[in-house]
Amino acid sequence: MKVTAEDVQHIATLSRLNVPESELELFTEQFNQILGYADILQKVDTEGIEPTPYVLPICNAFREDVAKPGVTHEAAMMNAPAVHNDGFKVPRVIE
Amino acid sequence: MTKYITVIGLEVHAELKTKSKAFCSCSTEFGSAPNTHVCPVCLGMPGALPVLNKQVVEFAIRAGLALNCDIQKYNKFDRKNYFYPDLAKSYQISQWEEPICLGGHIDINVDGQKKCIGVTRIHMEEDAGKLVHSGATISTSDSSAVDYNRAGVPLIEIVSEPDMRSAEEARAYLENLKAILEYTDVCDCKMQEGSLRCDANISIMPEGAKEFGTRAEIKNLNSFRALVRAVEYEVERQKEILEDGGHVVQETRTWDDANGVTLSMRSKEEAHDYRYFPEPDLVPVQLDDAWIERVRAELPELPTQRQARLVAEHGLPEYDASQIVASKAMAEYYDEAVKTAKDAKGVSNWLLGDVSAYMNNEGITIADFKVTPAHLAELVNLTKDGVLSSKLAKKVFAEMLKEDKSPKALVKELGLEQVSDEGAILKLVEETLAENPQSVADYKAGKDRAIGFLVGQIMKKSRGKANPGMVQKMLKEKMQ
Repeated sequence: MKVTAEDVQHIATLSRLNVPESELELFTEQFNQILGYADILQKVDTEGIEPTPYVLPICNAFREDVAKPGVTHEAAMMNAPAVHNDGFKVPRVIE
Repeated sequence: MTKYITVIGLEVHAELKTKSKAFCSCSTEFGSAPNTHVCPVCLGMPGALPVLNKQVVEFAIRAGLALNCDIQKYNKFDRKNYFYPDLAKSYQISQWEEPICLGGHIDINVDGQKKCIGVTRIHMEEDAGKLVHSGATISTSDSSAVDYNRAGVPLIEIVSEPDMRSAEEARAYLENLKAILEYTDVCDCKMQEGSLRCDANISIMPEGAKEFGTRAEIKNLNSFRALVRAVEYEVERQKEILEDGGHVVQETRTWDDANGVTLSMRSKEEAHDYRYFPEPDLVPVQLDDAWIERVRAELPELPTQRQARLVAEHGLPEYDASQIVASKAMAEYYDEAVKTAKDAKGVSNWLLGDVSAYMNNEGITIADFKVTPAHLAELVNLTKDGVLSSKLAKKVFAEMLKEDKSPKALVKELGLEQVSDEGAILKLVEETLAENPQSVADYKAGKDRAIGFLVGQIMKKSRGKANPGMVQKMLKEKMQ
């Protein structure tokens, strides 16, 4: 698998990261190095082995449906860069 | 001209009626002040960990069984990644690869045609927060205020197969789905409050084509009417594009109810690159037969079963029964009224007639309807027993809407009892005959119509209270 500079740019956009043109080549190379390690793993024979999204032998960690107070409104808004009508004020959401 | 076939699939989001959120203990109460039911989990604070609400699983199983799905004993959660301020974490916890339910169906009936609409899957996920835009619309707003009270409220998303071929079929599917969710008590289905939301995938293809056309996904359909109008609009829009030799673009569009159009939601092309991956903060769900079978055994009577019961036990026509069971609250009102009513069809007539007309007029549902089932039953009985003519019954009904009094009390208060006393009617008949010798002569000369005039005179004298059947009978006897 070969990652191109366009792929890196695409992932940067999805991650809301600014990657300067000057660093694109470096990142592309590093991406390919990382994926190179994955290529080694891909060679392992996994025939007949179920996918393992979870390594712990645990399932069904539930809570009962009981409502409890969360944090106060004041505490919730402490990290808000801007507040409007008791809401987190955010800039225009569409282009 | 080419004939086109419409293809519709629906994605319905239903908020589950839990007391607390899906992954934290915050309250799900609707309508509270902004950002008052929030905690580190639903605000997406670093390090806060989700724990699944057991009731969410219970409700999803219940809905799945009611929709004839196969419950997936092993199912798990995934992260759906996207940047939008309604999600504090920048991902939504959802189920992608292994949802809790697969392969169900809903039967619909449009113009007497029965059809089975497939349900592809049902998955559990969390709702997002609410954005209040500064301007009149999203596109004219400089900023938005985010309320995270709704973030983390549990949802099930019910995805249909693209089996519907008209706006009416889509409407019937949504109506039946809504009724099933109400009956199973998993969702309160208030479309205007957003607890039941619908997106429609709509495409058209030339008759005889093997492959579906390119679809548009229409969002913001928050009423049955909006769904029907949006389908009709979208079909016409796509037809025009194809007839002009163009191609339909696969995109998300929003329904603008005020202007009756769908609008492109110009989004970045990466918007649909959700990069799902297994949610590492939650362990998988493993259901056993005992759980599933208990939920199955506890399933309440479903709309189709209830409809069959009303037809078989109460002798209601299919149409009446289908209308009554379409709303759980209406069906419960009916069941309560029928307990004391002597005439089931009479109750049905009132509910589907004057009561529905009144509610439509007032813009309310049966839940807000003040007349009790017992009082409506009493009104039906007064008519059945001949105490009230149907005309006077409507008058009493109008009074019942104004004040909480029993129909019997109102009949007395308004002096409306139908007079069925033979002596009293005889007196009126004799008076009237004496005053109208010409009509009597006409009748005797074979003019049957003359009796109508005489009945009318007597009803007038009695201010509408004389039993019309008796008046007619006695007039005939007297004039023989």
